[in-house]
Amino acid sequence: MIRIENIYKRFRKLQVLEDISATFSRGQVISLIGPNGSGKTTLIKSILGMVRPNCGKILVDDQLINGDPSYREKIGYMPQIGRYPDNMKVGQLFQMLQNIRNIPDIKLDKALVVGFELEKIFQKPMRTLSGGTRQKVSAAIAFLFDSPILILDEPTAGLDPLASEILKEKILTEKKKNKLILITSHILSDLDEITTHIMYMQEGRMQFFKDIETLQEETGELRLGKAIAKIMRGEPSSSEWIGKMLEIKTDDKNY
Amino acid sequence: MMKLSKYVLYDILRSKIILGYTLFLFIVSFSMFQMEENSSKAILSLLNIVLIVLPLVSLVFTTIHYYNSYEFIELMSSQPMSRTRILLSEFTGVSISLLTAFLIGVGIPVLIYEANETGFALLFTGMSLTLVFTSIAFLASVVARDKARGIGFALLLWFYFALIYDGLVLLILFSFSEYPLEKLTLLLSALNPIDLGRIFIMLKMDVSALMGYTGALYKDFFGSGTGIIFTTGIMLLWILLPLWLAVKKFSKKDL
Amino acid sequence: MNYTKRSGNVRLTLTIWLISICTTSFSTTIIVGSNQPVRSLKKAIETAKDKDTILLQSGIYKEGPIIITRPLTIIGQNDPVLDGENKFEILLISGRDITIKGIHFRNSGYSAMNDYASIKLVDASNIKLENNIITGAYFAIHISNTSYATVRNNNIIGNPRSEQLTGNAIHLWKSNHALIEKNHVQGHRDGIYFEFVTFSTIRYNLSEKNIRYGLHFMFSNDDTYLGNTFRNNGAGVAVMYSKKVKMENNHFEQNWGPSAYGILLKEISDSYIVHNTFLKNTVGIYFEGTSRIEIEKNIFIENGWALKVQANCEENNFHHNNFTGNSFDVGTNGSISLNNFHHNYWDKYEGYDINKDGMGDIAYHPVSMYSMIIEQNPYALMLFRSFTVQLLDKAEKAIPSLTPENLIDKKPLMKSLKL
Repeated sequence: MIRIENIYKRFRKLQVLEDISATFSRGQVISLIGPNGSGKTTLIKSILGMVRPNCGKILVDDQLINGDPSYREKIGYMPQIGRYPDNMKVGQLFQMLQNIRNIPDIKLDKALVVGFELEKIFQKPMRTLSGGTRQKVSAAIAFLFDSPILILDEPTAGLDPLASEILKEKILTEKKKNKLILITSHILSDLDEITTHIMYMQEGRMQFFKDIETLQEETGELRLGKAIAKIMRGEPSSSEWIGKMLEIKTDDKNY
Repeated sequence: MMKLSKYVLYDILRSKIILGYTLFLFIVSFSMFQMEENSSKAILSLLNIVLIVLPLVSLVFTTIHYYNSYEFIELMSSQPMSRTRILLSEFTGVSISLLTAFLIGVGIPVLIYEANETGFALLFTGMSLTLVFTSIAFLASVVARDKARGIGFALLLWFYFALIYDGLVLLILFSFSEYPLEKLTLLLSALNPIDLGRIFIMLKMDVSALMGYTGALYKDFFGSGTGIIFTTGIMLLWILLPLWLAVKKFSKKDL
Repeated sequence: MNYTKRSGNVRLTLTIWLISICTTSFSTTIIVGSNQPVRSLKKAIETAKDKDTILLQSGIYKEGPIIITRPLTIIGQNDPVLDGENKFEILLISGRDITIKGIHFRNSGYSAMNDYASIKLVDASNIKLENNIITGAYFAIHISNTSYATVRNNNIIGNPRSEQLTGNAIHLWKSNHALIEKNHVQGHRDGIYFEFVTFSTIRYNLSEKNIRYGLHFMFSNDDTYLGNTFRNNGAGVAVMYSKKVKMENNHFEQNWGPSAYGILLKEISDSYIVHNTFLKNTVGIYFEGTSRIEIEKNIFIENGWALKVQANCEENNFHHNNFTGNSFDVGTNGSISLNNFHHNYWDKYEGYDINKDGMGDIAYHPVSMYSMIIEQNPYALMLFRSFTVQLLDKAEKAIPSLTPENLIDKKPLMKSLKL
């Protein structure tokens, strides 16, 4: 569904993406992980056409992305930080996006709108919403058009556990519809159960891109975090981050 | 295009800044006409508002709006919508709201107290300058890397067009006072939209004085049909050129 | 015997008396027209006796130059046309007690050597020219060496060509006691021209769209002009080298151009300029070498410069005038001023009246710095009203350096005068 071929991206002196190639297919739930500044967000922004790689190709459904915005009809996107015009009402945002995509009401997937009880706040202006509520709105938007590709940038950050659970359920449902789901995260905690593949990035380079089974086989670890840690061990620059990630994992267990 | 811009417009028209700006213009204009014994002096004060305050507000408001909407613009660019459309929609929304503020704040008092050629010239210039500086501000925002730089850049531009340029022109006129400068003054006035607008108003307000020295030039040029077409054309160029550059830059920009 | 002799005497005197009545009071009227026994105006003038009246019926008469030297009245009926065929002067008048009324004079000739005119008065007195129309003339009415000429209600419309090819509409030279009244003149070189004309009045005329001056006035003392309108003339009105001139209730409007003035005053003294309105002129009044002129109760609206006072003027008094909406109130070329300004209303005055006597507490400087700058560099007018220039002007107000320090109105009025 998405094919990335040798893309490079440099922001002034900083090499953000270096020779990334990958193919993402239907039915995959890909966790894009790596420390802050490793290029995860830049990669998904490249797929969305928001960042133009210096060289390399990205194809969505065998269609090269080169300025024609129509391929984005196939993508539902949830940004890391959702900020909306202050005086726009929640309902208006949904209406506007529906207008832009020109999709009739019956084809909308309102599961999250209902799940997060957003209809109650449709008349509220955006500036009155808390960060968590805005995040719910962002999530609901991403799933609204039943798009075959979902790109979620740090989806559970800022969500309360209940909402987080609803979102996870929803991702699972979509996974069953044979969609391609791309999730970035620098925390592994929430992703274990739904992930099919892991793409690990560091300093702009893709360290590996493997499915879970292979990972578990190679490392003999069932737990995702430990599996990655095992692979990364020996590389001092990343060991600190992995340690931190595992620590968080343990914290989770304690709850 | 209206799909997005009507929501942008809806959002800005509800913002406190625009409401305050409208109210400020309205109160100032009304009290000028009320306080002064003759309306020519009120028009003179309004001239300063049009030539100084309008460009400043247009520049600063547009720049701030752009940076406040940055995440929203990002979200829009993840939708099946071209960059050109996004920026033009933003421009349409911002410029219509600034124009509305101007037409209510200054337009209504002028129509009540001074519905003559001078009044209309003032409104024409005010509207043109609003559009010109909104357009320039979009270019500045798109080019600048962050909010602080963007606003700084906008203020610098205002300083240049409102003050420094005229000082330079004065210097040139006195350095080359031995030469015939008719054509040069014409050229110089076209290179600054504020000067062009000011001369357009002067042609109505100070026609008697203008006929004195540069009579042939200004009367033949600005007073005639070609002059009005010239003024409108140059103003249009001042609106479209920065906007075109902004769109070009924005289409290639990494968000 | 005695009785008859006396009665014979009586009869004689009676006869003489009767004869004299017939010749004087019962003067004849000659009708000229295509259906009349007399078809030519020239013929009629030849046959007419003194003080006869000639009625000129409508029609077009092409008779070359016509000369009148005796007291006659010629009255046109239904706009008869005397056509000069672009070759001739039409009417030459010399003598006294002659009246010309209601005739359309058209296409009189042009001469580079002589001042050809539609109606020319030379060495005449007590002449009336009324209700005539004069079109396509070189000079329309040319009066010289004449006293007591009345020019009233004429409509004079020229075809403006160059200054050389167009003469004046009403031209007076070396005359006195003339009355120029209610005429409409346009499209000539000068609308009304006075040279060496004394004790005369010009009133209620409209002089517009002339190439040079609406009124041109030289070496003419003791004259009055009032209630006239001078509009849109190439250079406005010029009053030069004269004394004791009264100018009242006139309107000077839209005289636009690099050297156009509502009034150009040059070497004028002991005169009055009262109750006039100056609207939208490049310069309202231009003063050069004038002295002892009272300028009061005038209205100056939306002029480029309301006043331009050259440094060689002295003892002129400017008071109780209204200045509103002028681009510049006063311009000058020097740093000294020997004239008085007081009790004027200036709309640009920004002072306060704390003691409430109707006058501002600080003096008003009617000369702005930028008007001095433009005097030096006219192209700088392009920057007028810009923010930069306003800042410069404000700075100058605080610390005067370029503007004449004593050209001030010490008692500027807070409210405009009802004029």
